Amino acid sequence: MNTTLKTYAVRLFPQVAALVVILLMVSIAFPGFFRLEMQNGRLYGSLIDILNRGAPVALLAIGMTVVIATKGIDLSVGAVMAICGAVAAACITAGYGLAMTLLITIGTGLLCGLWNGLLVAVLDIQPIIATLVLMVAGRGIAQLITEGAILTFNDSGLIFIGSGSFLGLPMPVVIWLVFGLAVALIVRRTALGMLIEALGVNRRASMLSGVSTGVLLIAAYVLSGLCAALAGIIAAADIRGADANNAGLWLELDAILAVVVGGTSLLGGRFSIAASLLGALIIQSINTGILLSGFPPEFNLIIKAAIIVLILVIQSPRAQSAFVFLSRPQAAASKTGEETK
Amino acid sequence: MQPASSYILSATGIDKIFPGAKALNRVDFSLRRGEVHALLGENGAGKSTLVKCLTGAYRRDGGRILVDGADVDPQSTLEAQNLGIGTVYQEVNLLSNLTVAENLFLGRQPKRFGLVDAREMNRRARALLAEYDLDIDVTAELAAYSVAVQQVVAIARAVDLSGKVLILDEPTASLDTHEVAMLFRIVRRLKERGLGIVFITHFLEQVYAISDRITVLRNGQLVGTRETADLPRRDLIAMMLGRELVQEVAGEHGAKGEAGPVRFRFRGFGRKGHIQPFDLDVGAGEVVGIAGLLGSGRTETAEILFGAERADSGTAERDGRTLDLSSPRAAIREKFGFCPEDRKVDGIVGDLSVRENIALALQARRGWARPISRGEQDRLADHYIKALDIRTSDREKPIKLLSGGNQQKAILARWLATNPDFLILDEPTRGIDVGAHAEIIRLIESLCEKGMSLIVISSELEELVAYSSRVIVLRDRAHVAELTGSAVTTDGIVEAIAASAGRADP
Amino acid sequence: MNPRYLPLTATIAIFLIAYAVCIAQYPNMLSTRVIGNLLTDNAFLGIAAVGMTFVILSGGIDLSIGAVIAFTGVLLAVLLQSTAIHPLAAFVLALAVTTAFGALMGAIIHHLEMPPFIVTLAGMFLARGMAFVLSIDSIPIKHPFYATLKSVYYKLPGGGRITLIGGLMLLVFAAGILIAHRTRFGANIYALGGGTATARLMGVPIGRTTVMIYALSGFLAGLSGIVFSLYTSAGYSLATVGVELDAIAAVVIGGTLLTGGSGFVAGTLVGILIQGLIQTYITFDGSLSSWWTKILIGLLLFAFILLQKGLILATDRRRRHA
Repeated sequence: MNTTLKTYAVRLFPQVAALVVILLMVSIAFPGFFRLEMQNGRLYGSLIDILNRGAPVALLAIGMTVVIATKGIDLSVGAVMAICGAVAAACITAGYGLAMTLLITIGTGLLCGLWNGLLVAVLDIQPIIATLVLMVAGRGIAQLITEGAILTFNDSGLIFIGSGSFLGLPMPVVIWLVFGLAVALIVRRTALGMLIEALGVNRRASMLSGVSTGVLLIAAYVLSGLCAALAGIIAAADIRGADANNAGLWLELDAILAVVVGGTSLLGGRFSIAASLLGALIIQSINTGILLSGFPPEFNLIIKAAIIVLILVIQSPRAQSAFVFLSRPQAAASKTGEETK
Repeated sequence: MQPASSYILSATGIDKIFPGAKALNRVDFSLRRGEVHALLGENGAGKSTLVKCLTGAYRRDGGRILVDGADVDPQSTLEAQNLGIGTVYQEVNLLSNLTVAENLFLGRQPKRFGLVDAREMNRRARALLAEYDLDIDVTAELAAYSVAVQQVVAIARAVDLSGKVLILDEPTASLDTHEVAMLFRIVRRLKERGLGIVFITHFLEQVYAISDRITVLRNGQLVGTRETADLPRRDLIAMMLGRELVQEVAGEHGAKGEAGPVRFRFRGFGRKGHIQPFDLDVGAGEVVGIAGLLGSGRTETAEILFGAERADSGTAERDGRTLDLSSPRAAIREKFGFCPEDRKVDGIVGDLSVRENIALALQARRGWARPISRGEQDRLADHYIKALDIRTSDREKPIKLLSGGNQQKAILARWLATNPDFLILDEPTRGIDVGAHAEIIRLIESLCEKGMSLIVISSELEELVAYSSRVIVLRDRAHVAELTGSAVTTDGIVEAIAASAGRADP
Repeated sequence: MNPRYLPLTATIAIFLIAYAVCIAQYPNMLSTRVIGNLLTDNAFLGIAAVGMTFVILSGGIDLSIGAVIAFTGVLLAVLLQSTAIHPLAAFVLALAVTTAFGALMGAIIHHLEMPPFIVTLAGMFLARGMAFVLSIDSIPIKHPFYATLKSVYYKLPGGGRITLIGGLMLLVFAAGILIAHRTRFGANIYALGGGTATARLMGVPIGRTTVMIYALSGFLAGLSGIVFSLYTSAGYSLATVGVELDAIAAVVIGGTLLTGGSGFVAGTLVGILIQGLIQTYITFDGSLSSWWTKILIGLLLFAFILLQKGLILATDRRRRHA
């Protein structure tokens, strides 16, 4: 157990360190950054804000991590968010109960994931192309459901998911924390994690070892669809309406980014959901931090781009071999770091 | 011996070392002007490594290469091309999405007014191919043509670009008789033009039909170079498959001979286009060896037995009960195991640790919901690392960092962990060092003693003889002979392959 | 028929059938005016899509073009607003910047061996961010030279107009076809898409070609930005979001294989026209909503992916039995 903890610590160190550095930098520019207040049984503060605003990307990143671990990618999650938000709003305004609405919405997300999974696993279409179809058509479908307008609702139950609180934390935070923990536990406490990693590294060898590669692939995209459904519900509940045009717009890119920042390779294999969630928080901290520190928000994207490039360069195989070459004495240390990745 | 200048290409003392294995050990090879020189050997013998050293795809670690008597050191295939050495591979290394003419002239397209002159290019392409009696639409995509035509286009390009040495790496593997004849006409014509041609193949009939001399490699070593006319087929096979036995191993055949009752029974088992239907019985505690030259259907036999390719005829039974071998997953449920020939592609999961690689098949069989606990995995890995003497600094090391022999042992461990009753080993000792080699042979014998049924495919005949109670001989994707009891000798196997090889014409 | 022309033929057939259906329902759509507008309205997209075609033919992808178009527009607007330089000089400057930007991305992709998807994603953020830094407002361009350029057109019989930008798009397509089929660079692009390893064996300069492909895409995105600023007479950093997606869709619907190596620049033009036609039809109809565009394009994408998958399978099978 001790060694496992140590492995986790080593694996998550770069992301934790990056997050801490970013938070500290923001706190220098914005002194009240770490302040937390309790009002009406709910915590308020910038940190809570980051957790809350980052909820959709964090949720998407959970499914995206698993998909990327299988050597795939899911471009459709933003569009699926929009579809699910629209379905939720349409159901609730049509008079279905909250439970039924959630059921239908989540079912929709699962169906979208199944579609992607079938294209990838059965028709053997490259993931980036397979999910492009739903990425393009999905937003149109969402608009079809809302008929182009922002479909508002005032069902208190649904709204609670977006702006309510539980144990002092905003509901979206609770949802992504619980869901992330649940998926991470399921994946790591069962053999799923290892089988998915094996599939991502070498599909044929895994198949020859008896791994049900097809089922696993489909499951990964279905999970991604489920995550998109949850994110879509939260996004809709947050604004008390479904905005088919803007809900989840370009969030697939942020989710992919969160996974990449979390150190999971786009080439598949080793993955860490915790690291991807930290990646999502890093992205949100940059966004919120730039806003709070009074830095012109225009610089947001440039800083984001610079950070990605930095992280990617560090991760690139060429750069890594250069590092090893330059730092022979520490080569042993950096190697152990690599192995745990 | 002719004077050195008559050699258009000569390589002496070529060494090539890969991490964990010496792929070429002081190999000499020479090529005369206007000769067809067959380069033979089993997979992993070092043929392609030698070719890659000659064509600059690999940097050699020692030795000299002379082209027309001058020292050369090609750093890339392009440089080798400019030195006059052209290569055509089995999997045609042209771009099937470009037109025939573009493939012939890529990078040197004729220009007019700064633009590619497509008409001129097509005209030249047609003229070039006319020399090879090929009259095709050069503006069509290469993919539109058969492999044979693609092969000729590749030869035309290689000869046009280089013009001294042409290396043909398994050019006939997927051609029919008629196409082979066409290819040979072209080879003879090029030979008359004074080119030196290196011909790599595993069809012995073709070797005798076209080659002037033969060089045989085995385990990265030169076995010998002979004039084709002076080398009987039987001797050639013996050269390729080897007769010098690792004495240590041969001394101790303990297990063989005492096969139990038949436990696994296959009848009319086969798949169209892969392997003709065959019958096979395997007893408990028996090793059945499979011998045959490369391409004879050895791996296909293994794949169909394991469900990697689904059989379309025949039945499989265990003690009278029908077996489901429709997929590897189903086969594993029937307690089958399979160590594939191509470790890197089909065997190891490179980025995962030795521990995870060992646990993979067992875990897959148990299903995802019943994970093997970390403690169990550690015990499993440690047990096999010790039992099979897998050399790794620790069990968490990514398996891709291990040497070939240790990777092979880890894959073996993966299957042993599932406690199989029927284990298929496809070339278990290929490309691994001598020490690991002997250990794996000992392991096969001890598994057999414990009552496991094994199928072992190997091109090392001494090895097969040492542990097999019976040997099946394959040719042309069919089982052609079965040797039992005292007939299981290297000579017997060589004879069976040669006899059947002599029977049919290509 | 040569199967390589099948996707292109399918694209053209779909366009002709769709146009025929449109005319049957709204005879007014058969006019040079509609065609002229189709060209003008889609000029910026078409020019950018030519660059995207080359990138995809080589087996890559370029997500940055929408952001680069917006950046170019803002850059021009800011330059013309706050300096006295002539628009033509500003054009040259903008093109130099965007070409260098594309070349840089190509160099990173090649030398750091990073996936084009992520590199150009970072490029997208960077370009959009630079546009924001220049200005977050929509800046109108009132330079008289713009009005001059906008007044240039060629009058077609029937009242339609080929505007400067519409004509420019056709020219770019012509140049693109020339590059693809009549230059060594063009052959090298196809070669790269056919397989990097084989292309290298056959002597294709991989690094140089990769850099040039992304530089060309950057150049065309810049040109597209100029056209877009002419079209809207403004520069706005939030403009042309998602244009890369439309361009990718046009390329795929145009019959180019997303995995690279197979396709035609001309097909992309038809792909653009199909997308434009769907929009025109929806405008003519008045009751149909714009989201049908996306759904239809998604369906077309799916159909083409299936068609190409089938073609690849058929080719494989034929070769195996050859």
